[in-house]
Amino acid sequence: MSAHDEIVGQQTRPQGALARFAAFRQDKPHIFLLLLMMAVALLMMDPRTWVLLTISGLAMGAMVFLMASGMTLTFGLMNVLNLAHGAFISLGAFAGASVLVWLSGQANAPSLLINLAAILPALGFAMVVAGLLGLVFERLVIKPVYGDHLKQILVTVGGSIIIMELIHVVWGPNEIPVPRPEALNGAFILPKSLPVIGGVALEKYRLIAVVLGLAIYGLMTWIIERTRVGILIRAGVESREMVEVQGYRIRLLFLGVFVAGSALAGMGGAMWAMYREIITAHMGDELMISVIVVIILGGLGSIKGCFYGAVLVGLINLYVGYLEPRLAAVATVGLMVGVLMWRPQGLIPVIKV
Amino acid sequence: MLNRILSGDYPRSRALSALLVLIGVCLALGPFLFPGVRAFSMLGMICVFIIVVASYDLMLGYTHIVSFAHTMFFGIGAYGVAMSTDAFGSSFWAVFIGIGGAVVMSILLSLLLGLLSLRVKAIFFALVTLAVAFAFLSLVTQLYNITGGEDGLAVRSPRELGPAFRPFDSKVPGFSVIDFIVGLFAQGNIGQAFNDALFEVRINGRHLMYYIAFVISLLVFLFLLRVVNSPFGRVLQAIRENEFRAQALGYRTVFYRTVAVIVSAVLATLAGVLFALINRYVNPENTLNFELMVFILLMCVIGGMGTLYGAIVGTTVFLLAQNYLQDLLRLLVQNAEPGSLFAELAGPDRWLLWFGLLFVLSVYFFPSGIVGQLRLWAERRRERKADKTPSAPTLKQEQ
Repeated sequence: MSAHDEIVGQQTRPQGALARFAAFRQDKPHIFLLLLMMAVALLMMDPRTWVLLTISGLAMGAMVFLMASGMTLTFGLMNVLNLAHGAFISLGAFAGASVLVWLSGQANAPSLLINLAAILPALGFAMVVAGLLGLVFERLVIKPVYGDHLKQILVTVGGSIIIMELIHVVWGPNEIPVPRPEALNGAFILPKSLPVIGGVALEKYRLIAVVLGLAIYGLMTWIIERTRVGILIRAGVESREMVEVQGYRIRLLFLGVFVAGSALAGMGGAMWAMYREIITAHMGDELMISVIVVIILGGLGSIKGCFYGAVLVGLINLYVGYLEPRLAAVATVGLMVGVLMWRPQGLIPVIKV
Repeated sequence: MLNRILSGDYPRSRALSALLVLIGVCLALGPFLFPGVRAFSMLGMICVFIIVVASYDLMLGYTHIVSFAHTMFFGIGAYGVAMSTDAFGSSFWAVFIGIGGAVVMSILLSLLLGLLSLRVKAIFFALVTLAVAFAFLSLVTQLYNITGGEDGLAVRSPRELGPAFRPFDSKVPGFSVIDFIVGLFAQGNIGQAFNDALFEVRINGRHLMYYIAFVISLLVFLFLLRVVNSPFGRVLQAIRENEFRAQALGYRTVFYRTVAVIVSAVLATLAGVLFALINRYVNPENTLNFELMVFILLMCVIGGMGTLYGAIVGTTVFLLAQNYLQDLLRLLVQNAEPGSLFAELAGPDRWLLWFGLLFVLSVYFFPSGIVGQLRLWAERRRERKADKTPSAPTLKQEQ
């Protein structure tokens, strides 16, 4: 396609249904893939199951998005690949679970307001612990190896071992059951009068996870697109040197992003703990696979791509998990392989890789 | 002669040479120097993992490709033999069919991985291999009707390689070095200690298998030494140092990197085959686990990236630590009161914590590992010597 064609393509709407479809596929690959997946799934199961799975998939996607967003930004902004991110997720889960156990009086009360007095401290504590660890980790472990991917991978893998072992030291090597607050248990039942999907029971916790995930995605989009810090982050992703030349201390900005990303990972971990109701120190390693698939799918460094990638991963996990439970993990990675073949840069690439 | 065998790549440090000779002798005469099942199985594991780590070093140390799928190829080899002996009975034919199938599958998968991610950016390879290896692990765990799932498979290795096979009836004398040294210190009587240290070995098929693994390990190591010192290996190192420049010189770097990945994958598959035949039992935990992958990474880095001898040293040090550091820590904690912070941190289950710390510190301070450090010291000493000899007379003349 020559430059002339591109300009024409941007100015005039493509003629004909097929051409318009091709343009849509090219311009909005994330939406195309999402719709395609949902449509294919709808054909393979009955609509009531489909609604249930879609909501669950969105909930999982929302939690994975929280975990993955920090990693994609640290990579995009500072070219740092932090493979210890999974350990931060585990740590957040354990910190949140501790608070929930400690405040089990409030958590088991039947009132939502009293429950919130346990949930908010749990999420907050998870964020603080993971954020603080992120601060220490960035200064001690990652700072000496800026700009060297190989050493970053080695050092963060080592750091992840150390954090996991320390979790074992503090919380013991066994699985820990997590009490889910009373108000988050149970389900909403859609009114029977609705046409096809009446009477479907939607778990409350999943709906809350979806809402929270959307809220945080909105907040992050707002910060990145509307605030001064966001402009600096976007500029830093595009070209670090140019931001430095303008006199901004990008290291400090990066430290902030790293700490915020770690805190979000911790929060995602705590939410995952309440979702699964049982946690192990190695849960971070397993979630890390989803996180990696998400950031590759979305394109490294892109928040929007990360969000859509997380939703895609959540949906395919639930759909395939329903159709053939044994292939859920394979389908997730298969999705990544397929997208890499189609668009090697990811769905919404921000930086050139 | 030695030059030909080692492909001109000498240890270049006296301490390192001594260490390598020591490890070599211990492995070659292992069953006759260290009594007990535990020591014997560890010797076998050292032979197997030398292949795994050396082939990993071809990617990590010589080309700077980080792969997290090395255990996947290792597992393909192990499961290949386990599944084919499961299906075709215990015969050498079944073993060879298993090897053939596993190697073909490894080549195809590594080609796919190479095509997927080597054409983008090197960093992608680490992430993509991590995800693919995880998918493979989950597939093996889930398809329990052919892989045995979490329970794994018992390998029906040929009778000639099992404990029931006795090539000859007479016993062979063995001499336990550790018992001898301990006895020497405890009693101070050489003759008595010498007699106590003698033990008898009844040769059976497992010893045969051990020596097959030992010889293959040695051959693979020498082959890799040949590879990295060949023009092909030079190109790999050029890619490691500056890929852009290597490309500008006209080398098709994607081709070279893909070949490195394939060679390394095939050798890991071979190691998996040996593992299955020695261990006679495979499950996802001992062949495919992510933890095992991290261990391989640790062995490679602690021994020394980009030095094949590091594979030997790193594997030996790590497996010794894995098997005996826990005993040492248990001794250390014995006197501490249970439940105290010290007891928690230094408990025998926490050996990995200390190894992780050692690993991070060694990446910062000794990036070329044990072997690199020994070579550095040897070089400095040679330089000092070289400085002294010519400079001494000139000083005199000035006076």
